[in-house]
Amino acid sequence: MALTLLRGIRTPTLFRRNAGLFFTTIHPPLSSFTTRAESVQATESKAAPKSIQLATKEAAEHKTQGFEAVIGIETHVQLSTVTKAFCSCPYNYGSQPNSTVCPTCMGHPGTLPVLNAKVVECAVKLGLALNCEISMTSKFDRKQYFYPDLPKGYQISQFDIPIAKEGYLDLDLPVEFGGGHRRFGVTRVHMEEDAGKLLHSESGSYSQVDLNRAGVPLLEIVSEPDMRTGIEAAEYGAEIQRLVRYLGVSNGNMQEGSLRCDVNVSVRPVGQSKFGTKVEIKNMNSFSAINRAIDYEISRQIVLHKEGQADQIVQETRLWDESSQKTFTMRKKEGLADYRYFPEPDLPEIVLTSDYIDEIHKSMPELPEAKRRRYENMGLSMQDVLFLANDDNVARFFDSTLEHDADAKLAANWIMGDIAAYLKNEKLSIDEIKLTPLELSELIASIKNGTISGKIGKEILIELIAKGGTVKSVIEEKDLVQIADPVAIEAMVDQALADNPKQLEQYRAGKTKLQGFFAGQVMKASKGKANPVLLNKILAGITAGGASAGGCVLWAMLSLPWMVSGTASSPGKASPNMLLSSSNCT
Amino acid sequence: MPPPLQAQRLLLSHRRLTPSNRRRFTAVSSLPSAPAKTLATGAAPSSILSIRESLLSGERTAADITADYLSRLRRTEPSVRSFIHLADAAAEREAEELDRRIATGGHDAVGPLAGVLVGVKDNLCTANMPSTGGSQILDGYRPAYDATAVRRLREAGAIVVGKTNLDEFGMGSTTEGSGFQVTTNPWDGSRVPGGSSGGSASAVSARQCVVSLGSDTGGSVRQPASFCGVVGLKPTYGRVSRFGLMAYASSLDVVGCFGSSVVDTATVLSVIAGHDKMDSTSSSHDVPDYKSELIPLDLLESKPLNAYYILASSEASSNLSRYDGIRYGRQVSADDLNGLYGGSRANGLGHEVKMRILMGTYALSAGYYDAYYKRAQQVRTLVKKSFNEALERYDILVSPAAPSAAYKIGEKINDPLAMYAGDIMTVNVNLAGLPALVVPCGFVEGGSAGLPVGLQMIGSPFSEGNLLRVGHIFEQTLQNFSFVPPLLAEG
Repeated sequence: MALTLLRGIRTPTLFRRNAGLFFTTIHPPLSSFTTRAESVQATESKAAPKSIQLATKEAAEHKTQGFEAVIGIETHVQLSTVTKAFCSCPYNYGSQPNSTVCPTCMGHPGTLPVLNAKVVECAVKLGLALNCEISMTSKFDRKQYFYPDLPKGYQISQFDIPIAKEGYLDLDLPVEFGGGHRRFGVTRVHMEEDAGKLLHSESGSYSQVDLNRAGVPLLEIVSEPDMRTGIEAAEYGAEIQRLVRYLGVSNGNMQEGSLRCDVNVSVRPVGQSKFGTKVEIKNMNSFSAINRAIDYEISRQIVLHKEGQADQIVQETRLWDESSQKTFTMRKKEGLADYRYFPEPDLPEIVLTSDYIDEIHKSMPELPEAKRRRYENMGLSMQDVLFLANDDNVARFFDSTLEHDADAKLAANWIMGDIAAYLKNEKLSIDEIKLTPLELSELIASIKNGTISGKIGKEILIELIAKGGTVKSVIEEKDLVQIADPVAIEAMVDQALADNPKQLEQYRAGKTKLQGFFAGQVMKASKGKANPVLLNKILAGITAGGASAGGCVLWAMLSLPWMVSGTASSPGKASPNMLLSSSNCT
Repeated sequence: MPPPLQAQRLLLSHRRLTPSNRRRFTAVSSLPSAPAKTLATGAAPSSILSIRESLLSGERTAADITADYLSRLRRTEPSVRSFIHLADAAAEREAEELDRRIATGGHDAVGPLAGVLVGVKDNLCTANMPSTGGSQILDGYRPAYDATAVRRLREAGAIVVGKTNLDEFGMGSTTEGSGFQVTTNPWDGSRVPGGSSGGSASAVSARQCVVSLGSDTGGSVRQPASFCGVVGLKPTYGRVSRFGLMAYASSLDVVGCFGSSVVDTATVLSVIAGHDKMDSTSSSHDVPDYKSELIPLDLLESKPLNAYYILASSEASSNLSRYDGIRYGRQVSADDLNGLYGGSRANGLGHEVKMRILMGTYALSAGYYDAYYKRAQQVRTLVKKSFNEALERYDILVSPAAPSAAYKIGEKINDPLAMYAGDIMTVNVNLAGLPALVVPCGFVEGGSAGLPVGLQMIGSPFSEGNLLRVGHIFEQTLQNFSFVPPLLAEG
């Protein structure tokens, strides 16, 4: 079942929840350089297409039949620097073709690249976040090939000395996929420039070149071949996305191409140490697609192995086709491409100092892995942990709520429940709503101390999210203070009993089910403001009959936390005497 | 006073070096600086200085001076053919504009190069005129910007009179490799001016302009300076910004300059040198006023060729990839992408350029990289090391600028290896990134009045000041020689 949960990922939505499994799927506003939470709620996907279920299940079954897959990923992260890597042009996704270009990024004669220092900073940040060794001295190289979207005929990249190498990435698999902690190796991180884009005419008779993207800085992250399943690969990608957003180096948006993953998949018999022939898969624009494409490809390769046609698996690039849920051959590799790398003579070496690296290290925020471990230590469930740590903004909101002394579990429940639902409906991110962490902590406290009921709390929350303000002002303005005065509740109970003599008789006769009926009547009369705990105790006292029983109940109530702690609200300050004197239940 | 062009005197005054007036310049010890005032008294004539004095004194107008040069240019150009593009009308306009500014603003309006006509090698980008690099593939291309060296010249008041001819993208030693025309040597119309900055050297030699810009990747300023009898300076790598110089071999390319005297060359260098944020390989080493460091004489007391061609061709194969017919320049339409690339490049690029692209592509290919490119880099390191060692012991090293005087047109064109061998005196300097100055030092037999020969002086990094000082002194020892070609006396 778990593997079918990924359907619905393409639905534009924010904050859909998949109990901790979040994928970028959405196309936020074009101007978006901010990070947003984009995720998917798996529970919505009951009607997953059969084909996917089959493909993925088959892959899962095959695994047990003596084969294992080996998966490595190359991720390209487009940096959200103000200007391009080697000139002063800006880059804004979706702008008019060739509107943000200059002689340098168009490869005009005589132009020279000048490195944007911000690119190095981003690379060092990500390198540190990926636990890499940072090269104190590195250089740029030219990777040469002809293509119309590559203005200079070479891409400025890094070849033999990447800025960062030999790191790793920690992540927690979603609970519904069996959970578990994973560590995947990172071979290297290097800096390079993006190419432009080709726009093909519909007739196919001509193509146009848009060089807006040419020269935009990229970081390429190459993983070790450590992944074994589609979900592991998808989660690796999702964790990279989380990292770049936490670090603020990229918006990590897959639909805009700010985050692109190319995966290499091979299959081998379990126990064999030599890798099978690897196939590269491209064209996946969501983590769900990565998962499905890999599982499909694994399944395809295993079938070939089992049919004795392993020689049909050739080194090639295949494209993922979303509509048919299959991979197709794009091009077969005829030997290794020779890019004729050589050192870029137009740029000096990049020499870093340990002070520079320390400075960047100090400026880095708490990263997702550290956050998850911290939340876990608070006693939150892994499901909660994954949800909260998934998005930088959500985590910040949560942490800030805790700073105002809110209970972690309660705060988590509110954020994952009503707030997330609201965000989803309104297509907003958590930093776009008017509710502040302070007020959420106030709200939690007000419920905890009995000022308002949980139900009223939900109403207030919506008010605060949409319009802002404080919990106190909303309570006062709308007269929502919980009725926790036993005298007032008893009066309402008396009224309800009096209004329904027949039910009262049955109730007294022992039909305890009717307690709910009377509770409903009182709630209706109080517009939901009656303290439900108190109300039910009073109602329960009726069947027990007699003042002494009532007395017991009330004594029990004395130990309720709100009575002792009682903060600002008057009900908490009610004296036991008062309660006793009014306990006329008959 | 106009530059000294009393042709009769010049023609008669030069004669061959004899042992009696030959001086030795093997190693020169450190020189004290000297006051600038001594400059004017030196025998070596500075055209820039005399232009400046006439403008400031009101003796002559910029328009007059420009007209002088342009009339000489129009007379000599049909035989010399230094220029691919001539901006004579624009030059006249700029000169008149300068005269107006002098009239209203006085001396403040006169920059250090005010009214100085400059020829610019056509592989340097100029915003308001075509820039082809001598290649058909960029026929009609007009850059959107000025190269930094050109911008600095203009800001100093210089007037760009046109774009000079060169071997296509700087690849050649005779200027016969131009995609447009063959330039001749003003000393002998049957000979080449040298290359690749042949147009810039011949233009100064024929006094078609006062000074000119060239580029030197393996000798392309020094060898034509020697062939044409002018002063040519190849500065230290990184001394002058390469921004706007069409890259041939990025790690070797240097923007250099030509003048008819060391003073003029020094003046131009002071203007164009210095750090440029547009070129990450440009140096922020201080730029002295080279001219003011020159000293009047009376104050004084005394194989890398293969590696070069591998490295230069490797970088060239990469640098020239951008000439693909997609965004600018010539495009040959075709049915598919490879056809478009192939057609555009086959038609637009010349023979020598294509040969070097092939050589470079080969040297960088998998399986050959270590044997060629990497090994050449190792040789380069050794060359640098041996130069450094020599320059720790001596201030300046001297050598001929070229193993011969100017070749006959067509003499080397079908023998590329012979032509490459002609660069043997200069390429090692580029490999080491050092500055070198070429000054005319005498004549050898040839032509109607002998052919000039240049002396190359090589210094430590950023020792241009020292080189110019020594060159200036050397120049003064040749007072009886004039390096004005006989062509100017004719007609």
